[in-house]
Amino acid sequence: MSTSPSSQAAADTMAPDGVPVVDVDPFSDAFLTDPYADHERMREAGPIVWIPRYGIYASARYQEVRAILNDHATYISSAGVGLADFNKETPFRPKSLILEADPPDHTRARSVLARILSPKTVMQVRATFAAEAETLLDRVMQKAAAQGSVDVIKDLAEVYPLKVFPDAVGLEAEGREMLLLYGNMIFNAFGPRNELLMKAAEKVKPLTQWIMDHCRREMLAPGGFGDMIYQAAEAGEISFDEAPLLVRSFLSAGVDTTVNGIGNALLCLAQHPEQYARLHADPSLARAAFEEALRYESAVQTFFRTTSIDAPIAGITIPAGSKVLTFLAAANRDPRHWPDPDRFDIERRPTGHMAFGSGIHGCVGQVVARLEGELILGGIARRVKRLSLAGEPTRRLNNTLRALGALQLQLEPA
Amino acid sequence: MTKPISFTLIPPGGDAIDLQGQEGHSVMQTAVAQGITGIVGECGGSAMCATCHVYVDDAWRDKLAPLLATEEEMLECTSSERRPESRLSCQIRLTAALDGLVLRLPETQQ
Repeated sequence: MSTSPSSQAAADTMAPDGVPVVDVDPFSDAFLTDPYADHERMREAGPIVWIPRYGIYASARYQEVRAILNDHATYISSAGVGLADFNKETPFRPKSLILEADPPDHTRARSVLARILSPKTVMQVRATFAAEAETLLDRVMQKAAAQGSVDVIKDLAEVYPLKVFPDAVGLEAEGREMLLLYGNMIFNAFGPRNELLMKAAEKVKPLTQWIMDHCRREMLAPGGFGDMIYQAAEAGEISFDEAPLLVRSFLSAGVDTTVNGIGNALLCLAQHPEQYARLHADPSLARAAFEEALRYESAVQTFFRTTSIDAPIAGITIPAGSKVLTFLAAANRDPRHWPDPDRFDIERRPTGHMAFGSGIHGCVGQVVARLEGELILGGIARRVKRLSLAGEPTRRLNNTLRALGALQLQLEPA
Repeated sequence: MTKPISFTLIPPGGDAIDLQGQEGHSVMQTAVAQGITGIVGECGGSAMCATCHVYVDDAWRDKLAPLLATEEEMLECTSSERRPESRLSCQIRLTAALDGLVLRLPETQQ
């Protein structure tokens, strides 16, 4: 397995004094298939650990993950939020103006996107998102009845977010499956240059061309979320050169994430029938159920930061220029913070979970994500008396995302 | 361990709830941890969801840190009426100077 020059150099570095070593490969097939035992190993080893394979610091505990994500001046994003250090190697694609930026550049970009995806704006698209959910779910139920079971990844989780969010952005209807391929690639690119990434990158040139073409103003419906970015450029809040890259952010982060949020939520409910029974008895619990699923099976598992200075944390000092891997999903099951963390409980109220991150880089699309989750789970809750697995789910491995390839379910009508 | 800081939440048409929190924690964090349902804080305190909305009692308004741009934008998104005394409780950090703070809860958060 080949590694980039800087990560090879880092891996040869001696483990730092006083930092527990946990020799895992968080990007191996085995880890990505089932990370939970290794999450616990890392949590138990210490608040901050060293992963020798990549020569990086890491944290799997809630308190430290939260502290790191909220100290954006010490733990910066402009050197990349993947394994690659942008101070030492070329980014996989031109840097994101929001994800891979620090204040003050970040602040400008963030303020534009936060306004476009604010609770107020999202209220305006709620009726449309709800109508689409109802239409799609009726179709899914028909398919389930005709076939005996249905793959809720292929026929639901990959369909709904590809319809409603790109519609709201103002993207044309053709070619949207490109968004799934692109998202898969971008999230793989936060990991090492391993086989998962190389396979995805084979497709990169035509995909990138398609994506960048569709970030141009002429390709976006007037008044949609994408066009609103250009309106912000007209108002002088950002430049016209920056606008297409911010549209790219919507297209990169706005689909593959929600696909997996919805897919993972359906898996959780299928695996916990007594929880599904509560949801079916009271569909108003849909939003809460989605939130608990985000905690329990986080769609985005990890993100990196880079230290800008020598950083004191949990009794040690992380040297400046170090990569630090935060395990969002591990923080979400840290028993130091969550009572009975391995229990999936749709009435838990998991406020403060790390599935959307935290602080100034917390997911700017989270209001849209929650809307999609609430509408799909609510629609299912009203239509389906019982959902059960009709076969083993299969995984779609990705360096960053927790994704299913297929989830065949029986949907017993209410 | 520093002395806990007391504050009061008054639900609409309901009895006052007296709470105590730690210095440096936000009102939202403290309220949610103690099971208060009148504050939701869906985004976990990142000033992104406008579901931790509170009305600050007149006596306390100018004792709070001033509104920053992000909070200002979020206060436009509250489900209950925005008033001059509206604040996001995730942006109110408890300090000794705020001991005795009084906040009213809105009708709804979502």
